[in-house]
Amino acid sequence: MTELTSPDTSVLLEIYRKATLIKIADDRFIELIKAGQIASPYYSPRGQELVPSAISVNLRADDYVITTYRGIHDQLAKGIPLKPFVAEFMGKATGTCKGKGGPMHITHLASGLPVTTGIVGSGLPIANGLAWAALLKKSGQVTVVNFGDGASNIGAFHEALNLASVWNLPVVFVCQNNGYAEHTKYEYGTGARDIVDRAIGYGMHGIQCNGNDAVDMYCAAREAIERARNGQGPTLLEAKTFRFRGHLLGDDGHYIAKEIMDAAVAADPMPAFNQWLIAEGHATAEQLQAIEDENRAQFEEAVEFGLSSPYPDVSELGRDVYAEETGV
Amino acid sequence: MNEVKKKRMNMSQAINLALHDAMEQDDSVLALGEDIADREGGGVFKCTAGLSEKFGTDRVKSTPIAEQAIMGAAVGAALAGMRPVAEIMLMNFITVAMDQVVNHAAKLRFMTGGQTNVPLTIRTTTGAGFGTGGQHADYLEAWFAHTAGMKVVAPSNPADAYGLLLSCIFDDDPCLFIEGLPLYFAMGDAPVQGERIPLGKAKVVRQGSHVTIVSYSRTMVEVNQVAQELEKQDISVEVIDLRTISPLDMDTILDSVAKTGRLVVAHEAQVDFGVGAEIATRVHRELFGQLKAPVARVGAARSPVPFSKALEDEFIPTRQRITDAVLDVLK
Repeated sequence: MTELTSPDTSVLLEIYRKATLIKIADDRFIELIKAGQIASPYYSPRGQELVPSAISVNLRADDYVITTYRGIHDQLAKGIPLKPFVAEFMGKATGTCKGKGGPMHITHLASGLPVTTGIVGSGLPIANGLAWAALLKKSGQVTVVNFGDGASNIGAFHEALNLASVWNLPVVFVCQNNGYAEHTKYEYGTGARDIVDRAIGYGMHGIQCNGNDAVDMYCAAREAIERARNGQGPTLLEAKTFRFRGHLLGDDGHYIAKEIMDAAVAADPMPAFNQWLIAEGHATAEQLQAIEDENRAQFEEAVEFGLSSPYPDVSELGRDVYAEETGV
Repeated sequence: MNEVKKKRMNMSQAINLALHDAMEQDDSVLALGEDIADREGGGVFKCTAGLSEKFGTDRVKSTPIAEQAIMGAAVGAALAGMRPVAEIMLMNFITVAMDQVVNHAAKLRFMTGGQTNVPLTIRTTTGAGFGTGGQHADYLEAWFAHTAGMKVVAPSNPADAYGLLLSCIFDDDPCLFIEGLPLYFAMGDAPVQGERIPLGKAKVVRQGSHVTIVSYSRTMVEVNQVAQELEKQDISVEVIDLRTISPLDMDTILDSVAKTGRLVVAHEAQVDFGVGAEIATRVHRELFGQLKAPVARVGAARSPVPFSKALEDEFIPTRQRITDAVLDVLK
């Protein structure tokens, strides 16, 4: 293994830009839902911003990222265009999926986001197929599939890891271990001491990292992605993180002990990364504020676009079911 | 067996030929499934024999016994522009992979607003009569026909199997291709090589005037025999081989029933909530005033597939039960 060192300032600031955009989007979506301007269930990624931000700076535009219903952080980090992204969230005709997928299925093939699934664990077997196709095309593309700790207990996880191993596929299986599968604490639902231990059972490379530490996350992701790109096969990458806003918006978090939540809030990766960047001399507070302000302005433009966009026509019920139009 | 030298072949050979021709024509056509590569024997029914030797094990891949992994890999490859043909060894095993088929393959085109499509084919076989009991022989086509986004195809003979399989492989939607197990071993006319049979087109295989029988897959064998027998009693049976279950070719059915005024639907799946129910209700809606009798349905018994030969022989829609249904609508 080559020695991996901290990324340079421009990369760190790009991670910061992505992460703050995610946090802004999360705050705004919650406001819009509470204001009745978006009608949708919402699965907040607050607290997990650094995971995809530090992964995606290692990816090519044409690499694939698969994610789940808790996926806006993965989509934003991969570079989904904001206007159709927000419009899709609102169920508008101008959305990435014409309003037909919604928040749980945000997809943007042109950004390398071919599947967002609402079914726990189902992205993993699909990642293998994308990776198989990439091998056949000799395209050098890597597929990153994101899922939670809960997904490591479903059959699809095990079938997919085994197949990726025997086919030596360029897949990075990223388990964003936020400690809770819906409301069930990790140790009550998962027999493995650590998710990464499960890599051993499939003869697969495994890495565990601190997903709330941008540099650690970056180095782990780079190692896994380089291995995939270089023909060294798949990696199970466990990123330890924490979920601040429950499983589903409205979740009161009663199943999380107060001292655990207090400790997590005290270690919130977002202010911590901000302060670290300043302390290490990568940026001034003003520069970081400017990044945030620009993100906020861009996101507001997208919100305006979404709010002013039309809803899809009812005829859409008969379109995209099959290649041929079926009619309503 | 890579080119048509024979005038007759069985359905296993016809499927093998279709896969071969599709893979030769288009590099994006792939195959995956349990034991399908030549190292593993070229498939349990030899439908994929010779393919990995000719096209390589990168394109023709044996898999672990892991149907979710098989279907997921097929979905992913299809999303990336390939045309994978996934073999699910026996139809009951697809229950293990229903999430990938129903929640993903069938729905991704719609849920992505048409950004993606999933041009995969699922080949699978099934059918009673081999003493395989309750978990190896079900006809589950109604589940998939009920799922928006899926196409369902069930040929009854080698030539149709060849032409329909080519159409499935090159179709831009997910297709379930059902291969009736006894049909693998029955000889029939060889296909016209390279010729595709369009999906969604039923075929009138026998002209008649008194009653119409609609059927598909292996039950067509029984239906054809029944029609021949009834002719001796001066009962003229029109037989329609549905070939594609979804999309359903109602035009061909309605034209025939408008003429005969009587319809029997026969399939090996259970009657209740089945394909026959869908056809019956559509026919009743369109031809209510012209029907001379209510539409009759014949199918398997409402039980799991039994093991004992004594039960299994009576489980499937027998010639006798199909004949009884015809005579009943003629009363």
